[in-house]
Amino acid sequence: MGRSYLDYNATAPLRPEVSRAMAGAAWGNPSSLHAEGRAARACLEGARETLARALGARPAELVFTGSATEANNLALRGLFGGPAGERPRLALSQVEHPSVVQTARALVASGQAEGADAIAVDGEGRLRPEALRRAVGRQTRVVSVLAASNETGVLQDIGAVVEAARAAGALVHVDAVQRFGRLPLDVASLGADLVTVSSHKLGGPRGAGALWVRPGVALRPQIAGGHQERNRRGGTEDVPAIVGFAEAARVATADLETEARRLAALRDRLWEGIAEAVPGVRVLGLAAPRLPNTLSLVFPGADGEALLFGLDLAGVAASSGSACTAGSLEPSPALLAMGLDEGTARSALRVSLGWASTAADVEHLTRVLPDIVARARQEAA
Amino acid sequence: MNRLAGRRARVVVAMSGGVDSSTVAGLMVEAGHDVIGVMMKLYDRSEAAPGDGGVSGDPGAGRECCGLDDAADARRVADTLGIPFYVSDYQEVFRRAVIDEFVDAYVGGRTPNPCVRCNDAVKFKPLLARARKLGAEFLATGHYVRADVDASGRVELRRAVDAGKDQSYFVAGIAPEALARVVFPLGGMTKQEVRGHAERLGLPVAHKPDSQEICFVPDGDHAGFVAREAAERVAGPGALVSLDGTRLGQHRGLHHYTVGQRRGLGIADAEPYYVVGLRPERNEVIVGRRRDVTASGLVASRARWLHGPPAAGAAVTARVRHRHAGAAATVLRATDHEVEVAFSAPVGAVAPGQQLVLYDGDRVLGAATIDRGLSAGRTMAVEPLDAR
Repeated sequence: MGRSYLDYNATAPLRPEVSRAMAGAAWGNPSSLHAEGRAARACLEGARETLARALGARPAELVFTGSATEANNLALRGLFGGPAGERPRLALSQVEHPSVVQTARALVASGQAEGADAIAVDGEGRLRPEALRRAVGRQTRVVSVLAASNETGVLQDIGAVVEAARAAGALVHVDAVQRFGRLPLDVASLGADLVTVSSHKLGGPRGAGALWVRPGVALRPQIAGGHQERNRRGGTEDVPAIVGFAEAARVATADLETEARRLAALRDRLWEGIAEAVPGVRVLGLAAPRLPNTLSLVFPGADGEALLFGLDLAGVAASSGSACTAGSLEPSPALLAMGLDEGTARSALRVSLGWASTAADVEHLTRVLPDIVARARQEAA
Repeated sequence: MNRLAGRRARVVVAMSGGVDSSTVAGLMVEAGHDVIGVMMKLYDRSEAAPGDGGVSGDPGAGRECCGLDDAADARRVADTLGIPFYVSDYQEVFRRAVIDEFVDAYVGGRTPNPCVRCNDAVKFKPLLARARKLGAEFLATGHYVRADVDASGRVELRRAVDAGKDQSYFVAGIAPEALARVVFPLGGMTKQEVRGHAERLGLPVAHKPDSQEICFVPDGDHAGFVAREAAERVAGPGALVSLDGTRLGQHRGLHHYTVGQRRGLGIADAEPYYVVGLRPERNEVIVGRRRDVTASGLVASRARWLHGPPAAGAAVTARVRHRHAGAAATVLRATDHEVEVAFSAPVGAVAPGQQLVLYDGDRVLGAATIDRGLSAGRTMAVEPLDAR
């Protein structure tokens, strides 16, 4: 029995088109004036155009970074820096990625921001409208909300966030890492001011992320010593990685609707199989709009680590709430915010599908899961 | 005798990144078993209080218990052997059951044994539960001790063949039901043989030095650790008094002293003084001469017997700390919870809080926590005041 990789929200295998594109990328320094440099520059700008098309953006609005984590840092730190001044606060949801949560905390701890206001979520992990209105006010510089949860796949109503922010005069940053390439994303119509996207979740290489910046939004560069990316991000551009990123975005968005339907059907079949075979299982965010590829399950009474280890031994790669909390028994803050008790949050299993997922993968998991859950629910010896 | 002989079983190996547990993993793989490596993350030095000599967040700050260095070593071994390897987080229970008790004991004038406590409360039970949840029949560890199960299913725990490495003292308190599911492949080997196996198996840790200190106090400064952990609870300096109550000097705080200690008392005299007892109620350290630190017997509680308490009058060997070869003793009284023994000849440095392990020859009878030593003639100063 082979392996079934069902952890696309952590990362995805490289698409074959991507490795081909990367192998063909020019190797020169895009800032050099010679032919080698010009070839690299052409590659880089071609990739920027491709990615811009996939996002509904203009090429000059994109800043390439080394990762989406860096893009999230640039978005928030870039808006602060220096004394707190006017509008000294941030607002963010309780289900944000650690790269947003911890950046906000660092800004507050260093005195660059005065405080970070949490926007509470409901049991499905959706922002509570009244909490949104309360958290976003005259003191808010930026509201940061993820488009789709990395843990549950639940989608946020970005339109409502934009509306609340506009009413208060605040900017909006959207972490769209999990949504991009899986559901339509058009930054021009989204209404946000800053949008983060990532390469490797869609089958591109690691080492590339991007921040879309609405024209007119001033960002303080966080890396000094380079004029690259229109003075917004220093460092020689990783042209092959960026070319791979653009190709992954192109391929993922080309047949997005067909692929989304295919993944949603696989996910639903998986859920039907599990619901039938495993007693007491529950899906998180079932009543909310979700990504087509993510199934977030809890198995009350089960030891979450034993579940993951057992699945790995049985050939299935999945994860707990998120890869970022793996190796720690701490329950996911995002799941706790949805009202789960600690024990239940610790029993979470996230299954996420992607471009190479097949019906056989789903059947593999459905077949091995019941025994593994039963063992993980045994009382301590 | 070998419960794994002649068959293929799924075995969880408790890996620490050291040569012993790595060799166990290698031997289990070589024997054809389906091996899963599990490492317990117990203590992260990067979270230690500042000022402990380590730089916060710096993984190279020192040797750590199952810290990043050891985790990396264990991972390399698992990769070399081609086995799955998982790190499990037990920091919370370790903090509660081991570190907090360690600190409480020192603050209360007792001498704890954190490794014993860790085996009893942290390691075996959760690892066995985890092993069962992973469908493994057995847990294997790198302890130097022999556990044999006879035809009737009765478990016997015996000292290791390598007397210098014997760890029966540390695992003596493990419940027999648990022991029945644990294998100790190194109990019949010498350390030299183990290193030989490690080398033969090509394990990257074959020449790694043994760890010596308590894992969460890598610099060996117990008092400093206690002072940092419980600054508000440690009593400050107090009186060093003789057995008859004469004040002989000042002590630096109770947590700096343990029964039997000779160094660092700061009393100038031709004949050395020893710590005879600690009296937390009065913040006093009681000192005496060599003859005063010897005990004729002891009382211990929290007993854990392998096969029930020994009969009164039974001749046994008693060990009162890890580095104690053992003393001939007679059981005066033993119940499910308590035991009292008399030594054949006086024994030095019987420290309250340390573990007592009783043997019949090589065979472990059980373990208990020392409450106090008994003195031949005088009323011993280590008896708590409220017992008078």
